Amino acid sequence: MRRVVVVGAGPAGTAAARAAASFGVEVVLIDAAPTPGGRHRWDARGAGARAELPDEVEHLPESAVWAIEPVPGGHRVHVRTGPVDGPERTGRAIEARALVLATGAHDRALPFPGWDLPGVCTAGAARAMARDQGIAVGERVIVAGTGPFLLSAAVSLVEAGARVTAIFEAGDPVPGFITRPGGALAGWTKAGELARYAATLARHDVPLCRRSAVIAAFGKDRVEAVLAARLDRDWRPVPHSLRRFEVDAVAVGFGFTPQLELAVAARCDLEDGFVAVNAAQATSVPGVFAAGDLTGVGGADLAAAEGAVAGAAAAKLLGARVRAPIGAMRRVRAGRRFAAALAEAYPLRPGWREWLREDTPVCRCEEVAYGAFRRAVEELDVGDARVLELATGAGLGLCQGRICGRSVAELAGLPETADAFARRPIAAPVRLGELAEDVPVDEGP
Amino acid sequence: MSGIESADVVVIGAGIIGAACAEALSAAGVRVLVIDRGAPAGATTASGEGDVLVSDKEPGPALELAAASRRRWPELLDELRELLGPGRAEIGWDPKGGLVVATTAEAVGPLAALTAAQRAAGVAVEDLDADRAREMEPYLTEELTAVAHFPDDAQLQPVPATAALLAALRARGGEVHSGVMAEGIVADRAGAVAGVRTGVDAIPCRAVVNACGPWAGHFSETVGAPVDVLPRRGMVLVTAPLPRFVGRKVYDSGHVDTVAGGDAEPRFSAVVESTASGTVLIGSSRQGTSFDEGLEVEVLRRLARGAIGLFPRLAGVPVMRAYGGFRPCTPDRLPVIGEDPRMPGLWHATGHEGAGIGLAAATGRLLADLFTGREPVVDPEPFRVDRPEVALEAGA
Ligand SMILES: Cc1cc2nc3c(=O)[nH]c(=O)nc-3n(C[C@H](O)[C@H](O)[C@H](O)COP(=O)(O)OP(=O)(O)OC[C@H]3O[C@@H](n4cnc5c(N)ncnc54)[C@H](O)[C@@H]3O)c2cc1C
Ligand SMILES: Cc1cc2nc3c(=O)[nH]c(=O)nc-3n(C[C@H](O)[C@H](O)[C@H](O)COP(=O)(O)OP(=O)(O)OC[C@H]3O[C@@H](n4cnc5c(N)ncnc54)[C@H](O)[C@@H]3O)c2cc1C
Repeated sequence: MRRVVVVGAGPAGTAAARAAASFGVEVVLIDAAPTPGGRHRWDARGAGARAELPDEVEHLPESAVWAIEPVPGGHRVHVRTGPVDGPERTGRAIEARALVLATGAHDRALPFPGWDLPGVCTAGAARAMARDQGIAVGERVIVAGTGPFLLSAAVSLVEAGARVTAIFEAGDPVPGFITRPGGALAGWTKAGELARYAATLARHDVPLCRRSAVIAAFGKDRVEAVLAARLDRDWRPVPHSLRRFEVDAVAVGFGFTPQLELAVAARCDLEDGFVAVNAAQATSVPGVFAAGDLTGVGGADLAAAEGAVAGAAAAKLLGARVRAPIGAMRRVRAGRRFAAALAEAYPLRPGWREWLREDTPVCRCEEVAYGAFRRAVEELDVGDARVLELATGAGLGLCQGRICGRSVAELAGLPETADAFARRPIAAPVRLGELAEDVPVDEGP
Repeated sequence: MSGIESADVVVIGAGIIGAACAEALSAAGVRVLVIDRGAPAGATTASGEGDVLVSDKEPGPALELAAASRRRWPELLDELRELLGPGRAEIGWDPKGGLVVATTAEAVGPLAALTAAQRAAGVAVEDLDADRAREMEPYLTEELTAVAHFPDDAQLQPVPATAALLAALRARGGEVHSGVMAEGIVADRAGAVAGVRTGVDAIPCRAVVNACGPWAGHFSETVGAPVDVLPRRGMVLVTAPLPRFVGRKVYDSGHVDTVAGGDAEPRFSAVVESTASGTVLIGSSRQGTSFDEGLEVEVLRRLARGAIGLFPRLAGVPVMRAYGGFRPCTPDRLPVIGEDPRMPGLWHATGHEGAGIGLAAATGRLLADLFTGREPVVDPEPFRVDRPEVALEAGA
């Protein structure tokens, strides 16, 4: 098993694959998407160069990793390849001595009245659609949530032709945080990303309103209007501050939830809700490395630097002669400082719970209303995620708590909220018939 | 441990068995305190599919307890509703019936023998021809060789059921404390139970019920009165929600042997049923004697194959998740219910393997009967603690 398997072809995974291959080991790079690039692939700048892969990397596109099993001397990775909805996906299992997990994160939505209406989507989804297909989610859009990535989502929307009415930033980051020279964003904006965003937004008269949020959306068949409010320190709406806006779409993003299923299935230790890694990007499980948003969110450059370190470490584990990736390690350290500052500057405040009403669905798949949810939680002194699901119904539906899990865990006061819903030994949907099949096992070199 | 003063009985474990025992004792006027190191219904009970079955028990004590429990559940539910008021005892009780299905020529004889014996023991069972069976379950395989219908098989939701039992306990003045680990027993000079040790503190009481589920063996060993209860792992697959796919519990006739069989190697049988939300649950596997949680894709593969064998249409349905749990298992596959003669005041209510949800109602009742000296609902002899199959020697 002299092979590295990399799961996820975002900035982290592609960098890991490239680094490992450069040291002469066999690399298989697996991603569910048809093209490499991950969540960042829609970024016009740099994406092309990043996504190019050397010939030595075997890239499996449209391939979902649905399970990981330990085997003597490594791991066995179970893959289905082909269009998700098509009938003809093929299955195989690939064994690897070293595994790099780079499955990224998705942005988090908080529940509020009307968040289940068509036209409400995540900032990441809006950005992806705009960059990927040039389509804006609506004609008049409000972007709401917290964190600097809202700006880049707004820019994507503007560039796709939408009119962005406003950006509502719920937090109140230290003034100057974003632009301070040498400040936290310094390592990140060297491509001038942020300046470009600010200029674009100014040109299109998009106001950035701090300490404000969309606390309700209305409409018959889709969003027609929203209520925005000023927030106090704890994110409780300030009385008499409500304003109504006519829009046909809302893009929301409240930080990120890492895609932990595979890491949890491999039994990697977590720290603050992300996969814990050392300076070589090694997780607590021998032979398993992690990189990118999975270990903490700091943007594409940090993800790529971590990937380069992980790829080198994985090649070294296989016995390749590896030069220490000193430059990448330095970029990781700088990026981590930025990521930590980011997390500190844009915390979530508990006042969002006050946006909820009795009939607000906290779980969209199973349509569990907040009132009924709270009563069920009180009745049973709910103490873990599985019981929470069974007692309230939240998280039991199609998305398996990927959207609502963290929020309902917090609403129920569970002790471990970040990974409460990540115990999903089946990491991606497979059909029963696929599960029943015997598949070839590729033991590799 | 502030707030916990004392109780007549401390029940250790707030799974469905501990909850049922606590409810039944409190109904008999006993002052009960339930402790759990985790949260109520957070362990094995959360894995249970909730079947209340008579069809899968061989005639004898297992069937007697199952039949008593099947009779007891609806009564108990009425009592809970009366006590708690409307909307507070909604546990999804569904007397939906079960179909036991043979798909090979060889399976016909054993199924006929089982149903004959069950019928003789008073279980309602109806032989169906293939057409009738497929009328009842239209997606069932065409390869049917024999089908038996058990109209008395039922289902409930284990977590809400546990919640309702504990709510009744509280309504009668009992208490439930989460996050409290029982570490041992305080004995008096005569060697009888005088309290439960929880870290540095002790809760005074005159009796303790060991309802620790698959950890009951471990707990009993800690207190020097070991019973042979080991974890037996089971996995379940859950599909995406489907519009009305299967109405009853449907399982392969090999299931009864699988349950009764040994644990030298993994055992499988096809078990398929729907939940209220439309997902289809697919079981079942039995393997091992330890708390090993690693995923084995081969186990999932066997489950998938079995289910497709019964319902070929399931092949195209997406699986959303797999989960597992550990059934509390005894060597003779019968639960342990009663007082431990080795330590007066120590009671056990455990070892229900894959049937603890169904058996909870009668288990609670039987334990309370024995505790208060009432006429027992079923003959307690086969479940007694000091039978040679389960009572181990201390320190062995
Ligand atoms: C709205 C928004 C705006 C942003 N703006 C910026 C910005 O302006 N500048 C910046 O630097 N960063 C920005 N980011 C952050 C940036 O996108 C991420 O930091 C970066 O993409 C992380 O890279 P990654 O490789 O860790 O993960 P990702 O890019 O998320 O890649 C993960 C990959 O793993 C694959 N995957 C996951 N699970 C499986 C599985 N089970 N099987 C197969 N494949 C799997 C996915 O298909 C995906 O391709 C933004 C993010 C958002 C949401
Ligand atoms: C996959 C699967 C499917 C099943 N399907 C069905 C079904 O359809 N029908 C059916 O009848 N049965 C079914 N079962 C079996 C059923 O779930 C069990 O028999 C039943 O839940 C056992 O309940 P219990 O209360 O004994 O154990 P548990 O629910 O495990 O409760 C024991 C409790 O004791 C606590 N505990 C342990 N040690 C200590 C200590 N030292 N101090 C404090 N607390 C402690 C634990 O935290 C736990 O909460 C199934 C089981 C599995 C695994």
